Amino acid sequence: MTDGNKKNPGHQGKEIDRVSGVETTGHEWDGLKELNNPAPRWWLWVFYITCIWSVWYWVVYPSWPTLSGATEGSYGWTQYKKLAAEQQEIIDRQNAYLDRFKKASFSQILKDKELYAFAKAGGSAAFKDNCATCHGTGGAGGPGYPNLNDDDWLWGGEIDTIYETILYGIRSAHDDTRISEMPAFGKDELLEAGQVEQVVDYVLSLSGKGGEHHGDLNAGQQIFEENCASCHGEDAKGLRDSGAPNLTDSIWLFGGDRASVYKTVFEGRKGVMPTWVDRLDKQTIRQLAVYVHELGGGETREASASEQAAPMEATPVQDESSASDEDVAPSEVAVPDEGEDSIDEEDSSGVSEPLEETAVPVEEAAPPMPEETETNSHDGE
Amino acid sequence: MSFIKKHEKLEKNSILLLISIIVAVLIGGVVEVIPLFRTETVIEPVKGVRPYTPLELAGYNIYIREGCYNCHSQQVRPLRDEVARYGHYSLAAESMYDHPFQWGSKRTGPDLARVGGKYSDEWHVAHMVEPRDVVPESIMPSYSFLLHTGAKIDDLGQHLKTLRIVGVPYTDEMIENAEKDAIAQAAPADKVDTDGFHGRYGEKVLARDFDGQPEMISEMDALIAYLQVLGTMVDFKSAEEVEESAP
Repeated sequence: MTDGNKKNPGHQGKEIDRVSGVETTGHEWDGLKELNNPAPRWWLWVFYITCIWSVWYWVVYPSWPTLSGATEGSYGWTQYKKLAAEQQEIIDRQNAYLDRFKKASFSQILKDKELYAFAKAGGSAAFKDNCATCHGTGGAGGPGYPNLNDDDWLWGGEIDTIYETILYGIRSAHDDTRISEMPAFGKDELLEAGQVEQVVDYVLSLSGKGGEHHGDLNAGQQIFEENCASCHGEDAKGLRDSGAPNLTDSIWLFGGDRASVYKTVFEGRKGVMPTWVDRLDKQTIRQLAVYVHELGGGETREASASEQAAPMEATPVQDESSASDEDVAPSEVAVPDEGEDSIDEEDSSGVSEPLEETAVPVEEAAPPMPEETETNSHDGE
Repeated sequence: MSFIKKHEKLEKNSILLLISIIVAVLIGGVVEVIPLFRTETVIEPVKGVRPYTPLELAGYNIYIREGCYNCHSQQVRPLRDEVARYGHYSLAAESMYDHPFQWGSKRTGPDLARVGGKYSDEWHVAHMVEPRDVVPESIMPSYSFLLHTGAKIDDLGQHLKTLRIVGVPYTDEMIENAEKDAIAQAAPADKVDTDGFHGRYGEKVLARDFDGQPEMISEMDALIAYLQVLGTMVDFKSAEEVEESAP
């Protein structure tokens, strides 16, 4: 719309449109003229109000960049403060349980119905976010990632053993991590190829497998006793001090077929469980320990005492836990940053004490609890 | 309304309108541009953030080349649910050596800002080779070729040099030893002397055979080295002190 389409008569005098009686702008296109109506009043007012509102916003909220950051605004609002307030809200709601939870030992938690539900709900949420990627949503594991539902434990299935495993991991970057290593007997030439075959035959025979391959089991046994028994035990039932698995059952972490077992002996294995102590807060890890313990395979030391309390509840509460995820607020995973300081301090007293009092030699593990889960998913893989 | 009448003057005088437009755009430009020269004032002073090692940088370049950012963000926003899922919200300082930063805006897959240390190397290899093997519901494509492709490490010194131009504090020594450092980080610890490497990048740096193939430095090595350091550099204890001392 250029000014000089036609000589503008508006400069000399106003031209009034004859039909509407409204002044024209003086623009004309092929005989059509533009009326000079004002913008609608309501529109103008909305415009003025938004201008005023923006000035208010500038004052109240952080808005203007300056040479040394930005204006803070009179409310002092920041995303971080909002987050902190929201997290405080969660902690406040959790505090109904958290105070008692912090002070309770694991065996107390297993006995206290409320704390137990609190632990399972929080543990379930944290498990899905952090553990399910490797161990599966139901904790059934997969090749290389242990099934948490069965009675077979590498390092031990008591609740505080599980707690420590989650805290520091296995072969993780943490200084207190659990460490052991299945040597690469073939690759590092600790055994000759034929010897590896023999010991594999022997190992397979321990769980009634390897029928198709008839090696010299006596030779295999001798090799086993000389090389493997120090970790896996004379009876090949595994040693938890070194995380060496039981070789006589039908549960295999990396697969129980001949090729997998051969690969295990030849190349060695060293699965890694990450450390969580720096990622999750301690109470969440304690919730996780309870949750994992109660997945089905958890072991108890004072079998007679707590077997009555905990395992009986295990089945009903398991169903409950998915529901309580939603309606019990505390299932929110407490977040590592906010308020961690305070939790940490109280933690050290709250957590370590119960641990110390239950520090009993690991060997005295109670007999495994009655089997209630499906058999291991990767049997015979 | 006299105000509107005045505006009419502006509308009908093209030169005046032009000058006014220039003034308005200038103000907007100044407000938007000047703070960019002062970004250091809004980066929280945090301890622990260091430039990427050459191998991590190679992984970062693969991350960009493969378009990982199309589906993965690297920014934990300060929202309750995100912090609960991923950990501490991201700080500006954490991506100050990323050129370009990988914040992303689309999460088809999960955020990766804090993925470092969350999974084992073996998990990453298995997941990259066939994501469905470890996450049945995953729709991520397979990147198994990374395992068989050697990482290009002979030009890493040039990459470091270029990044130094835009302000990443690589030293001459780092540039000179870029290729050697990449080898040192990816090789099994007992095979190569890593003292010089740790001296340049710190003791905390992870040096190991990431992909389980000690005989070669694959692109998988580089990418996993990069993924395993994401979000692990900052010492959050000191970060929190800074935040708390702020008004």
